[in-house]
Amino acid sequence: MVSVEAAVEEVFRREAGRVLATLIRLLGDFDLAEEARQDAFAAALEQWPHRGFPSNPCAWLIRTGRNKAIDRIRRDIVFREKIVDRETASAEADAAGGEPEGADESFGDDRLRLIFTCCHPALNREAQIALTLREVCGLTTQSVARAFLVSEDTMAQRLVRAKRKIREAGIPYETPEPSMLAERLEGVLAVVYGVFTEGYAATVGEELTNAELCAEAIRLGRLLDALLPDDAAILGLLALMLLHDARRPARVSSAGNVVLLDQQDRSLWNQSLIDEGLKLIERSLRMPQHVSHFAVEAAIAALHVRAADKSSTDWPQIVGLYEVLLRLHPTPVVELNHAAAVSMVDGPARALDLVDSLAARGEVSDYHLLHAARGNLLARLGRQCEAREAYTAALAFAKLDPERRLLISRIDELGDAPGREDSCGTSTVRTAKGDFTSPSSTSDQFASALPARRSLQ
Amino acid sequence: MQYLLMIYRNEQEFMAMGQAEMTAMMQEYTEFTKSIIQGGQFKAGDRLKPVATASTVRVRNGKTLITDGPFAETREQLGGYYLVEAKNLDEALAIAARIPGARQGSIEVRPIWVPGA
Repeated sequence: MVSVEAAVEEVFRREAGRVLATLIRLLGDFDLAEEARQDAFAAALEQWPHRGFPSNPCAWLIRTGRNKAIDRIRRDIVFREKIVDRETASAEADAAGGEPEGADESFGDDRLRLIFTCCHPALNREAQIALTLREVCGLTTQSVARAFLVSEDTMAQRLVRAKRKIREAGIPYETPEPSMLAERLEGVLAVVYGVFTEGYAATVGEELTNAELCAEAIRLGRLLDALLPDDAAILGLLALMLLHDARRPARVSSAGNVVLLDQQDRSLWNQSLIDEGLKLIERSLRMPQHVSHFAVEAAIAALHVRAADKSSTDWPQIVGLYEVLLRLHPTPVVELNHAAAVSMVDGPARALDLVDSLAARGEVSDYHLLHAARGNLLARLGRQCEAREAYTAALAFAKLDPERRLLISRIDELGDAPGREDSCGTSTVRTAKGDFTSPSSTSDQFASALPARRSLQ
Repeated sequence: MQYLLMIYRNEQEFMAMGQAEMTAMMQEYTEFTKSIIQGGQFKAGDRLKPVATASTVRVRNGKTLITDGPFAETREQLGGYYLVEAKNLDEALAIAARIPGARQGSIEVRPIWVPGA
């Protein structure tokens, strides 16, 4: 038996997002809508246990919330009449009250409006992510703050500023016109993937992964797929996230250390997520729209999870897919991942040329994985001293504890550099591959491409 | 809402344009302006004389200080503006994207302050 309270809570949990999205449209204001939703939930907790559940709880909550908000606006008018002009205030009340019944018809549309508003390109990426997690996913300000390791005050300020910009700059609460939809959707998907990436491998902190963020990103992906079905990019992104998330339980040891792809216990991989991801890639690639770069990235992830072990990984095909990706969506991270894959086909020397030319452009010189990749390639070329320097450079930029530990162990494995410490001089090139670094140490770090985070796009 | 669309571009590059190119761009501006007048979005709009003609005024401790040139040295300078009426930011951004100067420089889009709102 479930208690009435628990049943009410369950309705709240399920309907919170839809109720808020519609109230924002009806009331035209985020804060007013949040208060109205709280009022409606409070009223439901009070009334439902006695009078029974309404036949359509979501519509009831929206209607009640709207009425509570109108009461608030009216009280506000009485107050404001004495101070400022009453014209605007009563127009607000009319606008809020004048919405026809049957508003529940457009729930889906309202959630989509909310997503596009929260991810509007006129907001900065941090604000987009914070707003989406707070308003669309319903995370508390506290948990959004915790996920990004900022204080609750800082996060609250960020949210206040973002909502103020929405109001004052006139950012619409609308789904973009068809001509702009694809472009804006790309921005929305970048936010969703940004949330996922932070969950997949945090920027800073003690924990490699954050399961809550991964789950929220996947939930957003599923929501978008329900609201805009059969979109190649949404299907591709969802596939990519599921395939990455399937390996999450195997990516961290019980001690909290990074476990690289070739050492992962494959029995810990979530097979049903993998199966679903594989089906979604196929659907995405069958869509008549342009091929989505997310689907290509998902196809790369699929080749990794389908290989029985690292030696049977189809590296030439992975290189080919990265070359497609370099045309569709060229970013420094894609270049780096491409180089890592090239090292498995053409050897580390060719890959090092690619990484060095990327490094020479200086766009991502503070990206720790660039230096880690150089370290890996140099070690495989037998250039221990330079490898050591590269890993040390990586360590200087890495902020995530498990990644730092991995880099330190790499440096330890290289041992003390022979000869002078301060300069590597001309190195003796060993023909044999270094046996101390696993070639696929690049796989987990690079093949599972880190996306739009920070300035990497 | 009303938005000010400020057209920034590198003045030297702008001035270095050839005669034919300049004529073509002015023609585009004329057509663009006509289209937003017809669309009912146009409120005002002007091209500015070069920054060499600019003066900057500051009043400090009751004293007026006048200096030559623009307030700050930047790579792009304000070259003109449009004041438009748009139903929201998206409409204003779409208008801004149609300004010929958006292809060389950049357009800053700012909502007009409404007292008491």
